Amino acid sequence: MAMVDVLERLGFTVEFRREQTCCAQPAFNSGYHTEARTVAAHFLDTFGDADTIVVPSGSCTSMITHHYAELFAGDAKRQQQVRELTPRVFEFSQFLVDVAQFDDLGASFPHKVTYHDSCHALRELGLKDAPRRLLGKVRGLELVEMGAAEECCGFGGLFSVKFAPISGAMARTKVESIVATGATHVVSVDSSCLMQLRGALARAGHRIETVHLAEVLASRG
Amino acid sequence: MDSREAILERVRAGLGRKLGQKPLPPPEPLLRIDTLGASGRLELFRRKLMGTLTVAADAAVAGRAVADLLNGREAVASGHPFLERCGIRSMARVFTDPAELRNACATAGVGITSAYCLLAETGTIVLRATPEEPRLPSLLPPVHIAVVPEERLLTNLDEMLSMTPRPVDDASAMVLISGPSRTGDIEQFLVRGVHGPGEIHVVIVQGKHRDS
Amino acid sequence: MRVPEAAIRKTLADANLQLAIYTNTGRFKENRSKAVAAEVLPEYQELRTRAAAIKRHTLDFLDVYLLQFESAVEAHGGKVIWASTGEEAADFILKLAKERAASLIVKSKSMTSEEIDLNERLAHHELEAVETDLGEYILQLAGQKPFHIVAPAIHMTRNDVADVFTEKLGIERDTVIENQAMTARRVLREKFLAAGIGVTGANFLAADAGAVVIVENEGNARLSHSAPPVHVAIAGIEKLIPRVRDLGVFLDLLGRSASGQALTSYTSIVSGPKRAGELDGPEEFYVVLLDAGRTKLLADKEKRESLQCIRCGACLNACPVYRKIGGHNYPWVYSGPIGKVITPQFQGRGKDPWLPFASSLCGACAEVCPVKIDIPGLLLQLRREAVAADPADRLLFRAWAWLMTRPAMYGMLARIGLRFSGVEMGPLAAWRAERDFPAVPEKSFRALWKERKK
Repeated sequence: MAMVDVLERLGFTVEFRREQTCCAQPAFNSGYHTEARTVAAHFLDTFGDADTIVVPSGSCTSMITHHYAELFAGDAKRQQQVRELTPRVFEFSQFLVDVAQFDDLGASFPHKVTYHDSCHALRELGLKDAPRRLLGKVRGLELVEMGAAEECCGFGGLFSVKFAPISGAMARTKVESIVATGATHVVSVDSSCLMQLRGALARAGHRIETVHLAEVLASRG
Repeated sequence: MDSREAILERVRAGLGRKLGQKPLPPPEPLLRIDTLGASGRLELFRRKLMGTLTVAADAAVAGRAVADLLNGREAVASGHPFLERCGIRSMARVFTDPAELRNACATAGVGITSAYCLLAETGTIVLRATPEEPRLPSLLPPVHIAVVPEERLLTNLDEMLSMTPRPVDDASAMVLISGPSRTGDIEQFLVRGVHGPGEIHVVIVQGKHRDS
Repeated sequence: MRVPEAAIRKTLADANLQLAIYTNTGRFKENRSKAVAAEVLPEYQELRTRAAAIKRHTLDFLDVYLLQFESAVEAHGGKVIWASTGEEAADFILKLAKERAASLIVKSKSMTSEEIDLNERLAHHELEAVETDLGEYILQLAGQKPFHIVAPAIHMTRNDVADVFTEKLGIERDTVIENQAMTARRVLREKFLAAGIGVTGANFLAADAGAVVIVENEGNARLSHSAPPVHVAIAGIEKLIPRVRDLGVFLDLLGRSASGQALTSYTSIVSGPKRAGELDGPEEFYVVLLDAGRTKLLADKEKRESLQCIRCGACLNACPVYRKIGGHNYPWVYSGPIGKVITPQFQGRGKDPWLPFASSLCGACAEVCPVKIDIPGLLLQLRREAVAADPADRLLFRAWAWLMTRPAMYGMLARIGLRFSGVEMGPLAAWRAERDFPAVPEKSFRALWKERKK
């Protein structure tokens, strides 16, 4: 809802389509392409006529923009739909900085914050500067970089439950790096990473809060 | 069918190619050619060499520099004519007998060679195995001294490869030595001289050299 | 094999081991990233592109380059031995050792020889094959497999090494690393000078020159190919590159990716036995070209790129999973991301079906790969093949797809789900074993949206 607040404040008309469900990544990443295609087709049909699609997740964005074409290999009609749609799909911070060309949203968030690069936002979408630029303009916010900013939090979808001990160990390393910064909040553009980090921080008994970038930008402190 | 035919057959079948079918030309490698001047090259080499560098004005000075480095230690010298020219092969306690080469290398404290060329960017001594430049003097003794005319100092590997794209056609082996023998295999703790020389000295000799 | 869960848990619980893996790989990782930084090597990305293109090209026309390599080796007096299997490769060395009456073989580090258990095969015939890379030597004495493609003994401490040396060499316990390295120098120097055959691997095979290229830091590979009267290089057929000149690209990338070195201490380019008039060097030179499953990968167009690997180990150092579970929990000698990709292809995917799934798909491996192998993409492909063979979760995903195309039902279940997230079963239990489950919002986004638009 924070993302909606920010976008509306900037003057955009935001629409939420009740038909929307999922980008299909869980099935795609697990090797179930048939099932993934069913859900991805639903996504294409739901959003086919939207002007711009802003996604509050780097991972979902990259599923759509980087993997849909491969998923529908051999299906000319769907491929065409994908080609038309993907140039209009943006991750939230990418949209604000690259498309809408805003960086100062008048937000205020008087806390010490560290930023977690989610893997897909960083490596597939190349988003390193945009979220930091947005955070840099927030009043009262002090951004401290953690040593392992680019290291995976260990979520990885089903990996987090099928290989829970490894996933948990990865999260603990990340948590150590977060704690070492002295930050009170850790920010990311992916809710799934934040869920993993929230769980690991809480388990380790730390009171550091996890917040989505949109929540920070919506905040008036 | 023997293994040779069987493997080639599997390769062709896997690639969908026929016997004798021509390949496409290979993509070109990217060769980074920097044109540093002589003094720039020398400065870069000095900075990158993992060892000491002596710059000698002529062959006689180079000979004296080597004598200083040896400081009375037993050494073995390769048969390279440039070492002869610098008076190194005739020094006392420097072994040059080809028949005793292997034993001399196994016991000497220092091995002396010239070099095919030097590469500034990586502080590299390039040696080619030839009748004059055997393999062991730069390998068995704990210390290696290379005495090389300045005109053999190149900027980098890519420059060498573009000048000599086929460097092992007329030599059985080439070795690029870019530092002392080293290992970090235990706790990434750096130890020099684990198998080859732990100490490297280069003497660059200025001036024109007809037989280098 | 099923997931070696107990062994993984043991590794995760060993604090010293965890520290060793994390700091060692961390140092490699950092050195690499400094060495390829744009200020130091502005051409880095272009070099990767060229390296990938040259490797791909060589694989696409491998038959031609293999033959070219063979005739160049023969032109310089060497011989190429073709081996379809590891057994054939070992048999050749055994026969050669017998004919030359060689009872001692010195070996420099070669993952290919690890892959085919060469030492074990030779030991059965009472041939002593001594590993001479310090790390490999320690492991051979300790009876262990390499923990890392490039740095085989990073999991061991000076104390471990002292124990192994005392037990196997009968020397007094010494925990000073310099002394340990010098002990190895002393023991192995004698072996180098006495050995009848030197066996090396190869980082590259240059087709135009018939040359074997070997990259190392210690000098043990140089000794292995220079001191004994016979040199045998053993290499997979995928190691071909068209020309010596291509090393201008590959050597720029290999050392930097592996350890951050612009060039390692020694790069040997060996084109044959010693020639007329030479005073030292081997009398005989053989190159064993090994298939052992490679032609199977070659035939798979989609996964052929996994043969581009130059074994730099950068993907291991970058991998957050490798950095937790280390090298010994992978089922085969190749560990880390590239191990996950090639093991199922070499050994058949039925053997360790879990392997491609043990990844968060974070992409750190692909980012550092000097020959641009799309490791996450290949893992996805392997997952797809694995579920086609054994669709264990198909029902789950069918149900999921059904639900995800019925928004009304999805909305309703989401509401119910929010309330039942406290149950202790299945994936939730697995999650809770490691982490807390986040507090559940009171209202779903859908509900909030409905209120907002009223």
